[in-house]
Amino acid sequence: MLDTLLLSRIQFAANISFHILFPTITIALGWVLLYFRIRYNRSGDDRWMEAYGFWVKIFALSFAMGVVSGITMSFQFGTNWPGFMEIVGNIAGPLLAYEIMTAFFLEAVFLGIMLFGFSRVPRWLHTGATFLVAFGTTMSTFWIIVLNSWMHTPQGFEMIDGVAHATDWSAIIFNPSMPYRFFHMMLASFLTVSFLIAGVSAFRYLIGGRTRGVRVALRTSVFMAALLIPVQIFVGDLHGLNTKEYQPAKVAAMEGVWETQNGAPLLLFALPDEEARENNFEIGIPKLASLILTHDWNGEVKGLNEFVAEDGTALHPRVAPVFWSFRVMVGTGVLMLLVSWAAVVLMMRKRADGQGRRGVDGLPKLFLFGLVGMTFSGWLATLAGWYTTEIGRQPWLVQGVMTTKEAVADVPPTMVLSSLIAYLTVYAILLGAYIGVIFYLARRASRGQSIEPRVPQSEDAQVRAVPAE
Amino acid sequence: MYTFGDPAEWLPFVFAGLMGLSILVYVVLDGFDLGVGVLFPLANEDEKDAMIASIGPFWDANETWLVLAVGLLLVAFPTAHGEILTALYGPVVIMLIGLILRGVAFEFRVKAPAAYKRLWNNAFFVGSLMTSLSQGFMLGMYVMGLDYTWGHVAFGVLTAVFLTVGYSFIGATWMIHKNSDVLQAKAISWARGGIWGLILGIAAVSLATPFVSDRIFDKWFSFPQMLYLLPLPILSGALILWLWGMLRQMPFKNDRLNWLPFVAATLLFTLAYGGMAYSFYPYVVPEKITIYEAASAPESLFIILVGTLFVLPAIVGYTLLSYWIFRGKARELRYD
Ligand code: HDD
Ligand code: HEM
Ligand code: HEM
Repeated sequence: MLDTLLLSRIQFAANISFHILFPTITIALGWVLLYFRIRYNRSGDDRWMEAYGFWVKIFALSFAMGVVSGITMSFQFGTNWPGFMEIVGNIAGPLLAYEIMTAFFLEAVFLGIMLFGFSRVPRWLHTGATFLVAFGTTMSTFWIIVLNSWMHTPQGFEMIDGVAHATDWSAIIFNPSMPYRFFHMMLASFLTVSFLIAGVSAFRYLIGGRTRGVRVALRTSVFMAALLIPVQIFVGDLHGLNTKEYQPAKVAAMEGVWETQNGAPLLLFALPDEEARENNFEIGIPKLASLILTHDWNGEVKGLNEFVAEDGTALHPRVAPVFWSFRVMVGTGVLMLLVSWAAVVLMMRKRADGQGRRGVDGLPKLFLFGLVGMTFSGWLATLAGWYTTEIGRQPWLVQGVMTTKEAVADVPPTMVLSSLIAYLTVYAILLGAYIGVIFYLARRASRGQSIEPRVPQSEDAQVRAVPAE
Repeated sequence: MYTFGDPAEWLPFVFAGLMGLSILVYVVLDGFDLGVGVLFPLANEDEKDAMIASIGPFWDANETWLVLAVGLLLVAFPTAHGEILTALYGPVVIMLIGLILRGVAFEFRVKAPAAYKRLWNNAFFVGSLMTSLSQGFMLGMYVMGLDYTWGHVAFGVLTAVFLTVGYSFIGATWMIHKNSDVLQAKAISWARGGIWGLILGIAAVSLATPFVSDRIFDKWFSFPQMLYLLPLPILSGALILWLWGMLRQMPFKNDRLNWLPFVAATLLFTLAYGGMAYSFYPYVVPEKITIYEAASAPESLFIILVGTLFVLPAIVGYTLLSYWIFRGKARELRYD
């Protein structure tokens, strides 16, 4: 039945999944805003400021969502997973402390100046505040990814009386999977933001808000996506090779390989059956998995059957969720590649009169609808990626050091169930409101209305409609 | 053997001090934000915008002190952290949901369609109220040693109400400083009403604390320790009288010294807090676990301390910068 462990796991997964949605946006959006701001400083061209003005609002909203859900995260360790800190606190603690001290305060303080200081502080200070906020979110990512990666590939510590003690901080920070995970996450964030900006801008374009700010945002985001997605696929491949070395059971589950084999096929579809320990309805491309993972058509891929204890208990994660979430992530990545490159090709076509390129007007209506559909594709890929990573680590919480079960709190299941239901309700409402408000702001902006609804009597509400071209 | 004495001795003390400091800073800074939220329904629509404007640029950074406080508890005293937070599971969840509602309402109330503005205003109030009440309840339960008997829960409910009124008091003093005219006059009258909660709250906790354990009783009422504690009630009494008199005469001519009530309130919070810290030391979980028993390994604490020495001054510096940039009366919050 529902026990505290299972409920706590579901609750943790729900909370972290909700939290990660917003940092994924703010990490890269901060840098994109800085880019808009600098382009404006350099050229004095209004369209950059128009793009900044719209996206800084989305940034503020996303940031607030990130902060409040992040605070929930930091209390979770104590309320639900006290064992985690008791066993590995000597390592996790300093990393979290550095995150708070070097990142959270920086972001939070300069956010106020970035959002509301435009007309109060000199230009350099406003640009500087934008930079520090972006830098702060990146530092957050760095420290939390260090911790998370250490949990996957721990090193630089020794166990004394069942408690981990740090012996080498540089080994802890630069643990083997950290660089891959950090860059993969940063790129994921930039891709998420690219498709978010592209989707919302395409939406505004479609409903008639074809301002210069919208065009420049659409163009920038599409080029950013097209440029970064190949890099992401490359880094993802390296990440997989690294995982194969340190967490082979996870890779076996990702590939859905039961028996160790040479020349393993790349499965496009399969229904893994844990009971029978085999796949049903396999469709695969022969030998391709071996090629990708070992760079050799006949390379050896370890199967899940290698990770079974003497008495038959599985020492590998559950296969189906890992197998499928991996496919969702990679599938989304491939789709992103196709869409962004197609967009670039369409935009680079020559105009009918031979004068210059077609730019965003070269994108057919149907294609723009496609971009709107992909607005939140980055979220899908990111979540799927994290599910692959995290579920693939089970039953370990810290690989080879402690299991998830050892960390869980002794709280009555009914208590956890109530908090879980409360969180899920709040999250569902907030997520709906968040997406709703983004498109609401987009509609208002397209109609040239101020996107800050004010109380009627304050007449100063600036209606700075930018003329449609 | 060691240059500065045994780190296993002084590191826990230093970290208990840092943690205590960040809780205090949190209580004062987010205390006024939350207080403004609790007072929200008493204001009309226009005034609500002005109230938000007085805390808008600060609340996020203020809240970060809570993250630091719980972070320090977590990193410096891992066993105590688990013990305290699992015991307070329920109120913590209520507080978190309150913080979520309050934090997002800042954004949604001006970005969502106008028809929803009321709804988000309510969320702002309810979130602030949930947070204040649950923090007050946790304070009471903590003082009572974290076990749930009917008496303790009743005490927790009492402290919940008092802390909430105390927050709205400090919130009102902040508004006296940040707002003007009608709203300032309102804030003054709210502060006059709210000071009761503060007095009763401090009195309740002070009366209960010595009876929690013989150890604390002795600390309070045996000679000569009594003398260390004596300045606290005297100073607090004097501050309360001063605040009382000041509030009756406010607003001062030309709006001078409008920041004094806030400063006096901060001092009062600090004194009350200092008294509690003195009583409970050296325990981090009252009467169960001392800071020395709960502390992490010295080498881990040390590496945090080194970072703190560099980073804390910077944090203080740019926090002051931000308060300076947004000094004076609150202006409408706008992005351009
Ligand atoms: C926009 C988001 C996005 C996209 C398009 C991709 N990924 Fe990814 N992936 C992530 C976002 C992500 C992530 C959410 O950021 C993860 C979770 C943990 C991590 O480090 O990155 C991740 C994890 C992750 C892992 C698991 C590593 C582990 O922890 O053991 C592998 C092997 C890959 N990715 C490989 C790929 C490949 C081959 C891709 C090619 C299409 C790809 N990813 C596209
Ligand atoms: C932000 C992206 C992340 C996502 C989406 C994510 C998702 C998940 C999921 C789905 C699980 C459940 C696995 C299972 O129960 O089978 C899990 C487990 C866990 N993860 Fe993560 N995780 C993320 C990052 C992190 C980070 C940064 C940490 C630590 C600092 C962390 C610590 C844990 C812990 C403690 C568990 C154990 C609880 C459990 O099994 O549910 N995760 N995570
Ligand atoms: C168990 C894991 C986690 C905990 C305890 C946690 C905690 C927090 C907290 C408390 C905040 C609010 C900071 C503030 O007050 O300003 C926050 C924000 C943030 N978190 Fe997390 N977090 C976790 C996982 C993650 C992951 C996996 C990432 C990214 C890979 C991430 C990236 C960020 C970023 C960039 C911010 C600041 C920007 C924003 O709020 O949108 N966090 N986190």
